[in-house]
Amino acid sequence: MRELIDALLHSETFFAKLSPTLLTLIFMALGALLIVLVLALNALIAVYAERKVSAWMQERLGPMEVGPRGILQTLADTVKLLVKEDIIPAAADKRLHWLAPFLAFVAPCAAFAALPYARNFVFANFDIGVFYVTAITSLSVIALLLAGWASNNKWALLGGMRAAAQIVSYEIPAGLAILTIVMQVGSLNFNDISLAQDGGIHHWLIWRYFPFNLIAFLVFYLATLAECNRTPFDLPEAESELVAGFHTEYSGFKWSIFMLSEYAEMLLVALVGAALFLGGWSSPIPGFLNTGAWGVLWFGLKGVVLILTHMWLRWTLPRLRVDQLMHLSWKVLTPFSFACIVGVGLWMLA
Amino acid sequence: MYFDFTTAFVFLVVGVGFIAIALVISRLLQPRHPTAVKLSTYECGEQPVGQSWIQFNNRFYVIALVFLIFDVEIAFLFPWAVVFKNLGLFAFVEALIFIGILLVGLAYVWRKGDLEWDKPQTGKYAREAAPELYREVPAPAVSEAREKAMVGEMA
Repeated sequence: MRELIDALLHSETFFAKLSPTLLTLIFMALGALLIVLVLALNALIAVYAERKVSAWMQERLGPMEVGPRGILQTLADTVKLLVKEDIIPAAADKRLHWLAPFLAFVAPCAAFAALPYARNFVFANFDIGVFYVTAITSLSVIALLLAGWASNNKWALLGGMRAAAQIVSYEIPAGLAILTIVMQVGSLNFNDISLAQDGGIHHWLIWRYFPFNLIAFLVFYLATLAECNRTPFDLPEAESELVAGFHTEYSGFKWSIFMLSEYAEMLLVALVGAALFLGGWSSPIPGFLNTGAWGVLWFGLKGVVLILTHMWLRWTLPRLRVDQLMHLSWKVLTPFSFACIVGVGLWMLA
Repeated sequence: MYFDFTTAFVFLVVGVGFIAIALVISRLLQPRHPTAVKLSTYECGEQPVGQSWIQFNNRFYVIALVFLIFDVEIAFLFPWAVVFKNLGLFAFVEALIFIGILLVGLAYVWRKGDLEWDKPQTGKYAREAAPELYREVPAPAVSEAREKAMVGEMA
């Protein structure tokens, strides 16, 4: 993005007359607005897709009333949520109750700044991009814990506590799986990592050092699925036991912001997975549409495919018990991810 | 570098702004008719019993400590992983020792049963929750009028 701004400043157009700082800030804000719009659209489409996917998997029709084949259903739902009364329980801590949805959305939203959308196109080209994303997404733990605590509701508190324990536990295997990739590439910059996998599907890191990277990918996939609180790991909002978990006392648009954040986080982990293991913006076929803006298409497609697998899993697997959840994280995924690091390290030395 | 961090900060600000505008619009459009019953805490239609800001055994204390240690470890390993290619065998052995010490810790916690949700109740590693973790919550005073109303509803 920096190059684009520099080019505009030195051009003959109207932009060259603006002060560089102002122009830079305007472009950053436009980029951020674009991402926010994409996230909102993502939630609109993904909610519809999820309802349709679940319906087809269960031989139902799903939403059919609003618009052709129910395609406007989520839009209508959004309008409904916008005009619903916002109820804050009298016993709740009002300030924290308000703060939680902000934190929940901001964490994934800010992480999108560091993702590689196409060859050499990143909003914030951090040298520590991978580290930045893992760090800022951890903020969402605080949001869920805050929502659970501030509601002063027993279901919400239990849901918030579960969310904290779960996200915190699964951050370890996810971080270790990311480490195996960082070891091989020798960089924390997302663009470098994508560049290392350029040139077709056989260059993707998921196939390298077989089977260690494949295992690392599976560990990363499961751990991030759990960090998004998606079924089979949706214990923080297990509706059959905790009513709605941490957002029991949220209504109207504040509730929908939690949904928006959940889908934003799904998109985020899918894209991070694509960038680390599945070649990022590079085309799966060597030399086929592998230039410039086509990267956005490939990157987005990989993300969408991963999200569809999230949905597929959700409607296939039953929810885990809490003890199974902890067992999977600490006794299965963590040892496996350590084994991957050691295995890849030895292979690289050999 | 400042450019990148400013970009990230602008993303934060725009994210907050988006939520704020959405909530303000929602506030302007929504009806507001609060009543005492509507604002009461949801407990599946029952009268709420006590507060939720109580002490309870959330069973994750040790897991939280283990997480803290492992998370710091990962933070330390990131710089190592970046330069691992150039450092070779010596750095690998050092990292192995570092990871090894932590794995011994994990094995210890595992063996002691602190990773279990259901703590062993008997034997060498028996762990029972301290009784003071379950404080009794005093039952709420139900007014006579309310009690009569409840009886009336049932009849």
